[in-house]
Amino acid sequence: MAAPRRAAVRPKADRMQSFIHFESVSKNFGAAKVVDELDFHVGKEEFVSLLGPSGSGKTTLLMMLAGFERPSSGAIHLDGRRIEHLPPYKREMGVVFQNYALFPHMTIAENVAFPLKMRGVGAAERESRTLKALELVQLAHLRERKPSQLSGGQQQRIALSRALVYEPKVVLMDEPLSALDKQLREHMQLEIRELHRKLGLTVIFVTHDQSEALTMSDRIAVLNHGKIEQFDTPTGLYDRPRTRFVAEFIGETNLLPGTVESSRDGEKTIRMADGTGLTCRDASDFSPGASVMVSVRPEMMHVAGAAGENRIEATLDDCVYHGDHVRLHMHRGDIRLVAKAHRRDAQAAMGGAVGVSFRSDECTLVAP
Amino acid sequence: MLGAFKLVFGALVVGFLLIPLMAILPLAFTDSVFLTYPMSGPSLRWMNTLAESDAWRRSIVNSLIIGTGATIVSTLVGTLAALGLRRDLVPFAGVLRSAFLLPMVVPAVVLGVGMQILYARMGLASSYTGVIIAHAVLCVPFVMINVSSSLAAIEPALERAAASLGASPRRVFTNVTLPLAMPGVLTGAVFAFATSLDEVVITLFVAGPNQTTLARQMFSSLRENISPAIAAAALIIMILTFVLIGVAKLIPMLKARKAAAEA
Repeated sequence: MAAPRRAAVRPKADRMQSFIHFESVSKNFGAAKVVDELDFHVGKEEFVSLLGPSGSGKTTLLMMLAGFERPSSGAIHLDGRRIEHLPPYKREMGVVFQNYALFPHMTIAENVAFPLKMRGVGAAERESRTLKALELVQLAHLRERKPSQLSGGQQQRIALSRALVYEPKVVLMDEPLSALDKQLREHMQLEIRELHRKLGLTVIFVTHDQSEALTMSDRIAVLNHGKIEQFDTPTGLYDRPRTRFVAEFIGETNLLPGTVESSRDGEKTIRMADGTGLTCRDASDFSPGASVMVSVRPEMMHVAGAAGENRIEATLDDCVYHGDHVRLHMHRGDIRLVAKAHRRDAQAAMGGAVGVSFRSDECTLVAP
Repeated sequence: MLGAFKLVFGALVVGFLLIPLMAILPLAFTDSVFLTYPMSGPSLRWMNTLAESDAWRRSIVNSLIIGTGATIVSTLVGTLAALGLRRDLVPFAGVLRSAFLLPMVVPAVVLGVGMQILYARMGLASSYTGVIIAHAVLCVPFVMINVSSSLAAIEPALERAAASLGASPRRVFTNVTLPLAMPGVLTGAVFAFATSLDEVVITLFVAGPNQTTLARQMFSSLRENISPAIAAAALIIMILTFVLIGVAKLIPMLKARKAAAEA
């Protein structure tokens, strides 16, 4: 991973300039609202993941961008041009499908040359560009083979190279790695990221795997029931989830229910049902009296020493060894808690009752 | 126990399928004038009869003309029908599909009488065109079933991929859909030709004396005199059919071998 991310070098304003714009886009299948009044922008050369459980509308969103589905209402802009009425073959987008979708009756080289042939590129140029695209994924030596003679990982790299060969404006990927085994998947994640940087691609990546989205994306749109719950950077989503859904869907979290007692300069005091007081400094704007959940990541829960302002007592149920860390499963009343701790700290926790603490700026308030 | 039962059952089925053919075919080379065993000696006289007798020779030529015509027409129509009814986009697609398959279920006699009446009004009676159309009607279901199943086997993502890569609907069809459906089209065509080759009933109704096909000639000569020429003609029909099926099977095998050799 040599080159620095281009996006980081360019001024932020330029990067955020709208390249793809969904303007109050809805999609209904009969009575079912699959995509509900979505509004968002994607910048040029950005890597954006659409993340959500199945049925959240993420694939429908991608299909509307690719042109396989028409929005029921709203507009889609690409580079300042409205595209929602254009058929797929006029959209200049490279699509990588989940099951690769290589043409079984063509050789690898013919597959990669296909989009160039459709664009009337001459034979000589076609050959050199095909070779270049195959070299990009390091599979030029397989060009005379048929797709069925390649492994899953190789097929996916060919699909990638076929989607890139004609330098499309946007590359769309529909869960492209879900059919691969874990090791290969992680390798391909790095490879796709590398290509994204090297070629300055604008990528829309659909996935239901939150760790994949966190690893690869510049920004992630978390979708649920056809709406965007939060559209943010990976760290933003992880550290400052705005909704309970995001807090629970991205990573793992502890949720402590309570009521906002006071709010001053962003510092909120939360009173739990049993009278315990917690402080939380975050960007949320709940007013006093509101019921909330305090969301704390397991690794922000400290079991040894007094690392944070907030302190609660819990009963230890189990201590599970994970090699580089241990997980402490605890409960307090009917609230289940998980803390991720260093092995040496876990020693201190043995014996039933545990005092856990967390900092007021390492927790977030979400609606229950 | 079950194993022995399977073996006996299998042997019975194969026996019923093959023994009648085994019994009749050697008589193509008998030197007797009767279609019976025992054969007194081998000879090619009945093969020569087929080649020399005007009626037999004409019937073979007619079968080839009509078979080819019916194959072309039914392959075209059947393929188009399979394509058109592929995604149930047409209203009443299910009804239409059944209508195309009807000739397979309807008794040939019924179809034959109907066609005879219709052809008489349209002036198609006793014409090559008429017989070709009649045979094509019978052959369409075989083509449609074969093409439909190979279309159904095409992964939908392939056509989407082609479209996303810049192929217009027409080019998606010529570059992706049709090549992938080709095995079904070819198999359908072989079935069509074989069906036309051994069709008798409808031919009896719609063909005139000039369009007598091999199968029809066999049928009528069977009524007049049971000569071993029939066995010889049967042998010819079977050889033609086997060659066709062999070719249809061989094409994909050769292709696969070629692909493997290239890799």
